[in-house]
Amino acid sequence: MSRIATTSLAAASLALMTAQALAAGPLEAGTQQATNWTAIAMFVGFVAVTLGITYWAAQKTKSTKDFYAAGGGITGLQNGVAIAGDYMSAASFLGISALVYSTGYDGLIYSIGFLVGWPIIMFLMAEPLRNLGKFTFADVVSYRLQATPIRAMAATGTLVTVAFYLIAQMVGAGQLIELLFGLPYPYAVVIVGVLMILYVTFGGMIATTWVQIIKACLLLVGATMIAVMVLAQFGFDINAFLAKAVEVHPKHGAIMLPGAQVANPISAISLGMALMFGTAGLPHILMRFFTVKDAKEARKSVFWATTFIGYFYILTFIIGFGAIVLVSTNPAYLDAKGALLGGGNMPAIHLAHAVGGDVMKGFISAVAFATILAVVSGLTLSGASAVSHDLYASVFRHGRVAEGAELRASRITTIVLGIVAMALGILFEKVNVAFMVGLAFAIAASANFPVLLLSMLWRGLTTWGAFCGGFVGLIGAVGLTIFSPGIWVAILGHPAGSAPFPYTSPAIFTIPAAFLTCYVVSLLDSSRSAAAERQAFDAQYVRSQTGIGAEGAAAH
Amino acid sequence: MDDATVARIQSSPAFNELVDKRKSFAWTLTILMLLIYFGFIALVAFAPSAIGVNIGGSITLGLPLGVAVILSAILLTGIYVWRANGQFDEMTRGIAASNGAGK
Repeated sequence: MSRIATTSLAAASLALMTAQALAAGPLEAGTQQATNWTAIAMFVGFVAVTLGITYWAAQKTKSTKDFYAAGGGITGLQNGVAIAGDYMSAASFLGISALVYSTGYDGLIYSIGFLVGWPIIMFLMAEPLRNLGKFTFADVVSYRLQATPIRAMAATGTLVTVAFYLIAQMVGAGQLIELLFGLPYPYAVVIVGVLMILYVTFGGMIATTWVQIIKACLLLVGATMIAVMVLAQFGFDINAFLAKAVEVHPKHGAIMLPGAQVANPISAISLGMALMFGTAGLPHILMRFFTVKDAKEARKSVFWATTFIGYFYILTFIIGFGAIVLVSTNPAYLDAKGALLGGGNMPAIHLAHAVGGDVMKGFISAVAFATILAVVSGLTLSGASAVSHDLYASVFRHGRVAEGAELRASRITTIVLGIVAMALGILFEKVNVAFMVGLAFAIAASANFPVLLLSMLWRGLTTWGAFCGGFVGLIGAVGLTIFSPGIWVAILGHPAGSAPFPYTSPAIFTIPAAFLTCYVVSLLDSSRSAAAERQAFDAQYVRSQTGIGAEGAAAH
Repeated sequence: MDDATVARIQSSPAFNELVDKRKSFAWTLTILMLLIYFGFIALVAFAPSAIGVNIGGSITLGLPLGVAVILSAILLTGIYVWRANGQFDEMTRGIAASNGAGK
C-alpha cells in the first residue's frame, strides 16, 4: 500500500512544487520582454469591465451579508464557476501545462489527484458547512463553542494562511507581469494591489465573485481555443498528434508513462496530505459556500465546480502536449541553449503565440493577469472577514456592534490588508517564496481543517479541545516549516543538510497532531461549559442535517 | 429551535431515516471514489508499463483511463446532487413542515 500512496502523493507533491515554482523560482531566470501592447490593451479592457461591475456591485452592497456573502444571492452555477476560478489559478494553468510539457503523463496524474478531493468535500462537508455557517468558517466552529477563544483561534488561522498565500501570489504576480507585459516589478505589484482594493472595498463579495466568474469564463474559452487550434493542425487525428509528440520529445515514449520522481517518500506523502486536506481548509474557498441561498445550491455549485475543473485539466493536458509538438520544435521560442524563453512556466503562453499569433498570446497573457487579480481579491476578502467579522465584531465587541460599523471596519481592513500585501510583495521580491504556497496549504490542512471537521461531526469536541488543537496545528505547521530546509537552509543560510526538520512539508505530522490534541483535550475537559457544549451538539446536528434555521438569502 | 423541537425532530422516524439514508449514500460514494482513484494509482505504482500499452495507434491505455477517472469524479458528484436535491430535500421539507419550521 505504501508504494501506492507514495506514488499518488508524489504526483501531488510534484504539482505543489510546480505551483511553488510559479510563485517564485523560474521566473527569476526570465528576462523582461518587450512591452506587449496587445496584452496591455486586452487587460485594460478587462479592468474597465470589472470596474464597471464593481460600480454596479457597490450599489447593491448595503449590509454585511452583501459584503461577505454577496447577499446569499449567487446561484449554484455561478458559484460553481467562481469556485472553479479559485482553483484555476495562474499556477494551475501555467504550472500544470508546463508539467505536462516537461514530463508528459505525470501532469495528468497530478491533475487527477487535485480533482478527486472535490467529490469528497461534497459528500462529507458541503451540506453541514452551508447549513451552519453565515460568513466565515469560524461561524461553523463557534456554533456551539465559546465565541471568543474559538474565533480568535480561527481568525488567526485564516490570517496566517491568507498572508502566506497572498505573499506568494503577489510575488508571483509581479514576476509574471514583468515577464508577460514588460512592466517593472513594483508597478505590477501596485497595479494588482490597487485594483484588488477597489474591487473588494467597494464591491465586496458580489464584485469578487463576478470578477472570478468572468476570469474563469475567459480562461476556459482561451484554453478551449488553444486546444482546438492545436488539434486542428492534426485534422483532429489524436493518433497523429500523439505520435508527433512522442517523436519530438527528448524522452520519447516515456512521456506516455508515469515517471515517479520521488526523492523522499515522507516529504511526498506529507506534501500530498497538505494539498488534499488544505483545500478543505482554505478560508477563501470555504467562504464561497455561504454565497448561495441554501444547501441545494451549495451542492449544485460543487457539481459545476468539479465539472469545469475536470474539463479544464483535460484541456491543460492537450495544451501541454501541443506545446511539446509546436513550441519545443520552434527555435523562435527557445534561447541559444535550447531552453524556453522566459522560463519553464511559459509553454502555454508560447503555444498561444504558435497557434494564434500576437493576438492570442496577448489574450492569454491578459487572462493570466486577470487570474491573479481574481485570486488575490478572494484572499483579501477572506482575510478582511476574519478581522472585521470574527475579531472586531465578535471578539472585541462581543457581537454588540451595529451593522454599519462592522461594514466600515471590513472596508478599512481591506484597504490595510491591500497595502500590507503590496508592501510584502515588494519586500519579498528577491526572496525565494517557493515554500509559501506549500506552507499556506499545510497551515490550512493542520489548523483549520481538523477543527472544522470535528466541530461538525463529533459531539465530544469542546472549546478548549478545538482551541488547543487549532493552535497545535498552526504553531506546529509554522514552526516545523521554519526548521525545514526551505527556510533553515535557503533563507536563513545554514549549511545544506543541517535543517533540524528534514522534510519539505510538516502536514504528515501536524494534521494528526491537531486531531489528537482536539481529541485528548476534549476528553479531559470536564468543565461545566464543556458538558453544555456536548449537549448543544443535538441542536447543531439537527440544523446541519435539515437546514432548519439556516441562513437564507437576503431579502433584496 | 427550542430544545423540545430538537428532541422531537431527533426522535422522529423521518429524521432518522433521512440521516441514515444520506450517511450511507455519502459514504458509499466516498468509498467508490477512493477505490477508483487508488485503483488508478495502484496501476501507476505497480504496473506502470500497463499505462503505456498501445490500444490503437499511438493512443495508450493511460489516456482513456485518466479521462475516465476525471469523468467518474464528475459523474459521482452529479449522482449525489441528483439524489440529494431530489429525494433528500423532499424528505427534509417533510420534516420541516411537520415541525412547523417551514423554510
